[in-house]
Amino acid sequence: MADDVSVLVMEHVSKSFPGVQALHDVTFEVNKGEIHALVGENGAGKSTLMKILTGSVPRDSGTIYLHGRATEIDSPGRAQALGISMIHQELALIPYLNVGQNIYLGREPKGALPGLIDWSTLYAQAREQLAKLNIAIDPKTMVADLSIAQRQMVEIVKALSLNADIIVMDEPTSALSERETERLFSLMRSLKEQGVTIIFISHRIEEVFAIADRVTVLRDGELVGVVPISEVGIGHVVRMMVGRELGEMYPKEEVPRQEVVLRVKGLSRDNELRGIELELYKGEILGLAGLVGAGRTLLARAIFGIDPIDKGEIWIDAQKVDIDSPQKAIALGMGFVPEERTAQGLFLGMAVRQNITISALDKLCRLGFVNFKEAKRLAQGYVQRLDIRTPNLQQRVRNLSGGNQQKVIIAKWLSLNPKVLILDEPTRGIDVGAKAEIHALMSQLAKQGVGILMISSELPEIMGISDRILVMHEGQLVGEFQRGEASQDEIMLYAAGGEKTNDHRKA
Amino acid sequence: MTIEKPNPLAEVLRRSSVLFIFIGLCLLLSLLSRRFLTFSNIINVALQTSIVAITAIGMTFTILTGGIDLSVGSIVALASALSAGLIVKQGLPTYPAMILALVIGATLGAIGGFLIVKGHLPPFAATLAMMAAGRGLTLVYTRGWTIPIMLEEFTFWGTGNLGPLPVPVIVLIIIFVLAHLVLSRTRFGLHVYAIGGNEETARLAGINTDLVKVAVYIISGFTAALSGIITAARLWSAQPNVAAGLELDAIAATVLGGTSLFGGVGSVGGTIVGALIMGVLNNGLNLLEISSYYQKVIKGIAFILAVVLDIYTRKRR
Repeated sequence: MADDVSVLVMEHVSKSFPGVQALHDVTFEVNKGEIHALVGENGAGKSTLMKILTGSVPRDSGTIYLHGRATEIDSPGRAQALGISMIHQELALIPYLNVGQNIYLGREPKGALPGLIDWSTLYAQAREQLAKLNIAIDPKTMVADLSIAQRQMVEIVKALSLNADIIVMDEPTSALSERETERLFSLMRSLKEQGVTIIFISHRIEEVFAIADRVTVLRDGELVGVVPISEVGIGHVVRMMVGRELGEMYPKEEVPRQEVVLRVKGLSRDNELRGIELELYKGEILGLAGLVGAGRTLLARAIFGIDPIDKGEIWIDAQKVDIDSPQKAIALGMGFVPEERTAQGLFLGMAVRQNITISALDKLCRLGFVNFKEAKRLAQGYVQRLDIRTPNLQQRVRNLSGGNQQKVIIAKWLSLNPKVLILDEPTRGIDVGAKAEIHALMSQLAKQGVGILMISSELPEIMGISDRILVMHEGQLVGEFQRGEASQDEIMLYAAGGEKTNDHRKA
Repeated sequence: MTIEKPNPLAEVLRRSSVLFIFIGLCLLLSLLSRRFLTFSNIINVALQTSIVAITAIGMTFTILTGGIDLSVGSIVALASALSAGLIVKQGLPTYPAMILALVIGATLGAIGGFLIVKGHLPPFAATLAMMAAGRGLTLVYTRGWTIPIMLEEFTFWGTGNLGPLPVPVIVLIIIFVLAHLVLSRTRFGLHVYAIGGNEETARLAGINTDLVKVAVYIISGFTAALSGIITAARLWSAQPNVAAGLELDAIAATVLGGTSLFGGVGSVGGTIVGALIMGVLNNGLNLLEISSYYQKVIKGIAFILAVVLDIYTRKRR
């Protein structure tokens, strides 16, 4: 099976966890120097397959051929020694060490005495490695002071300094803006020219088509197929992933414009938010676009009363309100689905029912005791209405897929009948099928009169689902477009600050 | 948005904020009490601080890895009882007795560390257990009685002077210099910070995290035992209930000194300043004749402020 061009073949790999067949007879084959995308819905087995490759999970059966030879990879250290590195979704650098220390962690150049480190060699080597990829970061910079995109670059440098010739990137773009993504892609292309093989895992199917040579599709732990990108369309790959014809990705229904539900006047905070003016109408989906760090999340947090504001007014239903805490915001009919849903939106160890009803307990309690029958009825209603896929209401939220977790959070807010719902990156890390469902849900809520403010870094999403688009740059709103009015490039131009280039990293 | 370069002056100020608190406190006390800024009082403060500071240096290692060592007070008591008792009761020569006490202190630290890495106990639980066990062993060994010791070769380590400096202060300086070099210059030191920053990453980078973690508890046990010997030598006796609550002082000094309770950030230099703040505060309250009962309350408040400061600076980053 292992032919000349295949740098890696994982043949007939199976793996089961208690109660789940994670991988069933999957064969995965990658050519030298290609960018090979690995796609599939959550739970399709991508992560398990890559964990087997990088030695952190043992396989049940199957063979791994590396450079044509059957190879055992039984630990992450072994994978590293064999030249396989993984850039994890949660970046794995140590924040309070500097870049050089991170790159050479665990293999620091030895100093004059045993146990000492030769610091000058370490920094010189780090500088050289960074320069090789034209990355203008000083090796003595503390990692905590770098942007997510820069940290990723450092991780790639670290992998290459380990002489990795196969690099696995797990959702590398999920926290990057469009521009940073472009920069990452050009880095990936130059790595490819140097003969490095890249396995690219992404939920963003457009990106797969922008960068990959071939794509392997997994579904429910089985191999669906391998196709060259140049020969198929996006729809084809999506069908392979979901195994069915997918409904429209952006099922937006027109809603006639109604009265203003939320009005923000001259909102400022520190130097991060400056003179924000916005209006959100009933039944409207207002998309908030911008680069990572433009202040979109800060704006959402300020409106929702999480962070205090220095100046400005917030009006709800033509009434000036004073929102100094999330409790107040909730009482005024707002809901907020945060970006980090597992950390900020859910009680992972608690059941679906408890998560859905936790904010509505006031309504469900009598003399301080929860009316469980009523709570169950309420939760069951939302599980059906939002099509939350869970075996029962007792299931812990931890065990649900990302898309279903997101629906649980939305259900929690719906139980309070909000007038305004703020969604921060509502579909990040969610597979395509569930993504379309969340979009449909948003459209449906808007139709029922909820005003939705959506922050998203995915321009197709912003453009597909919003009635109106606001663009944010350096803490200010710099552009406004009606639905269908703007092109991706135009929005990007505004998001990047027009002609002002402020790319401090030289490409 | 133009990336804001950290203002170097502001950075220095932020990092040395404890130093300024310390200087401010000294100025305030010298205004309030004439006796504060006298040579004998300064030496007195240094002497009183040394026991907390030596213990806190070991504590700094454990907190840097994201752990904590609650057993230090008990190890001080045990080492103090053993060093005095082995000489007085078992008739061992001075130095073998002292070395044995250090080894047993380090061993208790090792057991705590072992429970943490192999038993997967949270550090606070493992060292809380060692705290109880250590105090128990001390009471068993002393049968609850004070062991007096007058032997000058031994008491020299608590009450002697070399030149103008008391011996405990010299021991503190040596331990500080060693700890500082280990943390800032060696692979081991870097790995201590790495584990506190992100243990999983450190493990994947090939660092033997279990070994490093056990080592920091051994260091903490060792410095606590050293403090124990000095305590007995200063008091001319080993008292079974000595150093109860010392763990709070050591943790407070460490955190006041800028070491994050979450691990990964800090330095022993800061810890020394932290210990000095606590020492000066104690001394000042004594000079101002404030009841020692209130002193504990004030210490508690200082500790809360230190932790709040830690959390606040973490958030800002």
